[in-house]
Amino acid sequence: MNNGEERRLNGGAEEDDDDEDEENGGGLEAWERAYADERSWESLQEDESGLLRPIDNTALQHAQYRRRLRTATTTARIQKGLIRYLFIVIDLSRGAAEMDFRPSRMAVVAKQVGAFIREFFDQNPLSQVGLVTIKDGVSHCLTDLGGSPESHVKALMGKLECSGDSSLQNALDLVHGYLNQIPSYGVREVLILYSSLSTCDPGDIMETIQQCKKSKIRCSVIGLTAEIFICKHLCQETGGSYSVALDESHLKELILEHAPPPPAIAEFAIANLIKMGFPQRAAEGSVAICSCHKEAKVGGGYTCPRCKARVCELPTECRICGLTLISSPHLARSYHHLFPIVPFDEVSLSLLNDPHVKLPKACFGCQQSLLNAGNKPNLRVACSNCKQHFCLDCDIYIHESLHNCPGCESARHSKQETPTEG
Amino acid sequence: MNSVAPKLYADDVSLVMVVLDTNPFFWTTSSLPFSKFLSHVLSFLNSIMLLNQFNQVVVIATGYNSCDYIYDSSLATDHGSENGKMPALCSNLLQKLEEFVIRDQQLRKDGSGEGLPSSLVSGSLSMALCYIQKVFRSGPLHPQPRILCLQGSPDGPEQYVAIMNAIFSAQRLMVPIDSCYIGSNNSAFLQQASYITGGVYLKPQQLDGLFQYLSTVFATDLHSRRFLQLPKSVGVDFRASCFCHKKTIDMGYVCSVCLSIFCKHHKKCSTCGSVFGQAQADASGSSRKRKISET
Repeated sequence: MNNGEERRLNGGAEEDDDDEDEENGGGLEAWERAYADERSWESLQEDESGLLRPIDNTALQHAQYRRRLRTATTTARIQKGLIRYLFIVIDLSRGAAEMDFRPSRMAVVAKQVGAFIREFFDQNPLSQVGLVTIKDGVSHCLTDLGGSPESHVKALMGKLECSGDSSLQNALDLVHGYLNQIPSYGVREVLILYSSLSTCDPGDIMETIQQCKKSKIRCSVIGLTAEIFICKHLCQETGGSYSVALDESHLKELILEHAPPPPAIAEFAIANLIKMGFPQRAAEGSVAICSCHKEAKVGGGYTCPRCKARVCELPTECRICGLTLISSPHLARSYHHLFPIVPFDEVSLSLLNDPHVKLPKACFGCQQSLLNAGNKPNLRVACSNCKQHFCLDCDIYIHESLHNCPGCESARHSKQETPTEG
Repeated sequence: MNSVAPKLYADDVSLVMVVLDTNPFFWTTSSLPFSKFLSHVLSFLNSIMLLNQFNQVVVIATGYNSCDYIYDSSLATDHGSENGKMPALCSNLLQKLEEFVIRDQQLRKDGSGEGLPSSLVSGSLSMALCYIQKVFRSGPLHPQPRILCLQGSPDGPEQYVAIMNAIFSAQRLMVPIDSCYIGSNNSAFLQQASYITGGVYLKPQQLDGLFQYLSTVFATDLHSRRFLQLPKSVGVDFRASCFCHKKTIDMGYVCSVCLSIFCKHHKKCSTCGSVFGQAQADASGSSRKRKISET
């Protein structure tokens, strides 16, 4: 009956409900689900009437989420490197054909890298990514550093075959050559997705690692097999992170950890003022020859404010005068890293059970009732600034995606505290 | 409340989140009186409800000091008229609106009486997005949400970051933000909101015919929009305003650490406190400064 309102996160109580089952499996077929959660019986418990039902672990999950959030925001005051130059190195040697990840390591890696690239550009709009593959002991540059997610994903999907040995040194040498040319304010990073258990190098890899360290390239490795000493050594030396994925969902989690901008370490990237242009979009009907494709195009372009050349897309660098061209929304996309909202405080149980305190009945954000079945107040969080109460789902949405506190935003007097442009 | 068979939730069922500007500073100066505006809007809301029996309307009032939900059609008990008086939608909404306006006014008394006549769009957009997020959470069968801003007050520059955050979140959720701007100049914030999220921005030429604009442009559901020629944007102002003087500029300096925008070269970033360049970079900085003063 209750299609909309009453469905809870832990799935309904009706065991024989087909819709419910599909939802819990996250859209997987039954035989695929067996691999995703093999110990499915452990997540069941018996209720008072002897029926089996899934364990209500929303509160537990939320507590974990909050802990993560708190550790993330304590480090938030550190300056971040928002202009990143990242090379993603994908190991396409023999090891990538292994089938312990389904259908193969290579396919899983390609899928997750595609998702990562999109997320990366969403969070770092002014950054650039390049793709490098290792195959037959040699490394190739698949795509140059660039800002268009689609072209990278397309290039990667077209080149998915593996053979031969893997060479960490060749890959690092190649990347080192490219990253040495970028301007000093950029953060140089390499993310290596390593499927092999060995590296077959032409020279001394320790020298290459020292070179990377000298050039301030931050190297991180995500392994798909077992921990390898040389990878760990590389990450330790260059200040990166090393992790080994257990399964596909863990791999996804590990890759996405690299999407938010890393803390900027003063010696890694020198702060600088960069001259940038904010071109205006030309009127829809105007005809001009664009400088990037050298074709006559009708409408929809942008005009460089310095040399008046026409470009098709933003962000880019003007082909004629070299000015970096961006639009203000591109910059605004990263402002939430600079003005993060404070984590909400959990409303204490003693306050919830105190009958004398009048608590809000509904979540301030989504109007969902904060009372549970017995008309008792539910678990909730409150903003320390505006004192409004929110449900746990809104808490996650507000901190992960919205980056605004609806309560603080809808009150004039608390506005002064938000750090706007000072 | 409404037990809907899955088949009935077709792709043209909409959830319209209406963000209603109730800023008294604007309405006292507007050529269209607030009462007339409300009657246009109420007829529009009724017509949305008539288009499809599962359509849902939620109204959020945006005041000068606060924002609040004032109407939710999924919570309304009966849609019929009570003993020949006003229909339930109108009477409920008007009553809540009146309470809201009074509360909003009371809040102003204890706050400082600044003459900034912008309304808190960022707050109501954030609330609307939270509500939409709840609808998405409710399961695979839900109406197609969209946001409609009925705005008249000018933009408040202090809300820039918050409004942009809301816009990007809406873009990620694929929720279009439509805006109908009734004020005298164009609103750069709403233009960007509609452009980025793929909504429609419209500034009606004749406010007497507001209902016609609303019903012909903003009543169309997302599915039908693919077949219609809706008003195109005339041009969006993407220029940035600098943090130091709030001037709109088309060329400027951007801090590489925090991406703050400045109209001239500084030695230190006022937002994140990083010091720019060493001695050699300073020299190039002063030459740049000279260049600016020449022009």
